[in-house]
Amino acid sequence: MSRLTVAVAGGSGYIGGELVRLLLQHPAVELTQVTSESNRGKFLHQVHPNLRRQTRLKFVRMDELQDCDILFLALPHGMTQSRLEALQALSERIIDLSSDFRLRDPLLYKTWYGHDHVCPERLSSFVYGIPELHRDALAFATHVSGAGCLATATLLGLYPLARAGLLAPEAPIVVEAKVGSSASGNKPSLASHHPERHGAVRSFKPTGHRHTAEVIQELSGNTSLSVHFSATAIEMVRGVLTTSHVFLDPPLRENDIRSLYREAYKDEPFMRLVKEKQGAYRYPEPKILSGSNFCDVGFESDPHSGRVVVLCALDNLVKGGAGNGVQAMNCMLGLDETTGLTFPGLHPV
Amino acid sequence: MTSCPECEADVPVDNDLETGEIILCEECGAELEVISEDPLKLALAPDEEEDWGE
Repeated sequence: MSRLTVAVAGGSGYIGGELVRLLLQHPAVELTQVTSESNRGKFLHQVHPNLRRQTRLKFVRMDELQDCDILFLALPHGMTQSRLEALQALSERIIDLSSDFRLRDPLLYKTWYGHDHVCPERLSSFVYGIPELHRDALAFATHVSGAGCLATATLLGLYPLARAGLLAPEAPIVVEAKVGSSASGNKPSLASHHPERHGAVRSFKPTGHRHTAEVIQELSGNTSLSVHFSATAIEMVRGVLTTSHVFLDPPLRENDIRSLYREAYKDEPFMRLVKEKQGAYRYPEPKILSGSNFCDVGFESDPHSGRVVVLCALDNLVKGGAGNGVQAMNCMLGLDETTGLTFPGLHPV
Repeated sequence: MTSCPECEADVPVDNDLETGEIILCEECGAELEVISEDPLKLALAPDEEEDWGE
């Protein structure tokens, strides 16, 4: 059987590099082109050294892209919406990992991204690409939007509670996200300079993080939930840990919450409930998920206050980015969702 | 099949369990002691508390 052709636009960043790594190992697709304006003509491994002897592909410019069966976009925010028409001409199936088509309400782009959307009429044609939330829609989708890494962790942590109607609009949902340095991309700055970044516990978005909008969108039913989100960069290259504080309505006993998560994720190939009585890894820990598409969820309830603390860990570049995109592609193509994504992570690391 | 007294997950069990034997819950990792064979009853095995720096 001939393999489907796949290209990656924006392949020199960290998400792009992970996409290339995963697609090169995917048995159902053939990676044909990868773009980078600034690295045109270089071998891929000159930017992504882990790919040495994995491929002889060289970076091409965007205007050199040829038709393909699936086009992944890992471009900076704003670029997809400004050139969607040209990109659509190259491929019937588009998976955009930027934030350009995550939000359904165009007014939210002004609020959270500070500008009007270029083609608001196209927002509804993209499916928000977290398979655990939108698997059925992905099976028929031609246009898919990736999700933010911090949003993915928050959503996968809280989704079972939201689906069960246990998150009341009047009860605040407070989320603290800890994230590694790779989430800020590969463009260096003073803030990422080693003497400044090393050892930092940096509150970079105590309020106003853009991913808040997609969390509210995807968690809310008919009534908007009250989500309060803060993000902190910590001493880690890959990984996200979200700690969400919620008050359930009605309150549930601990094992009923556990049963809810068990039921919600029992058939999910990448979701694991982690809440153990002993050992060093009792709760979700991003460290052991590096390079993997698994997402670990756990919780603890406080009988004194009624607060439930939900923890969710993932690799921001894989389940929080490229891996989730490949999983969405597998859904679109009717493949087993785990195809090309079975790496379980490393221990110790 | 029985259930874990800690997390209530299903725990598959062998037919030849003996009183005093310790088995593990796959979901929560709890050590479970067989306190009765017929009917089969499991209880949390006593464990040492770990100090996590509190």
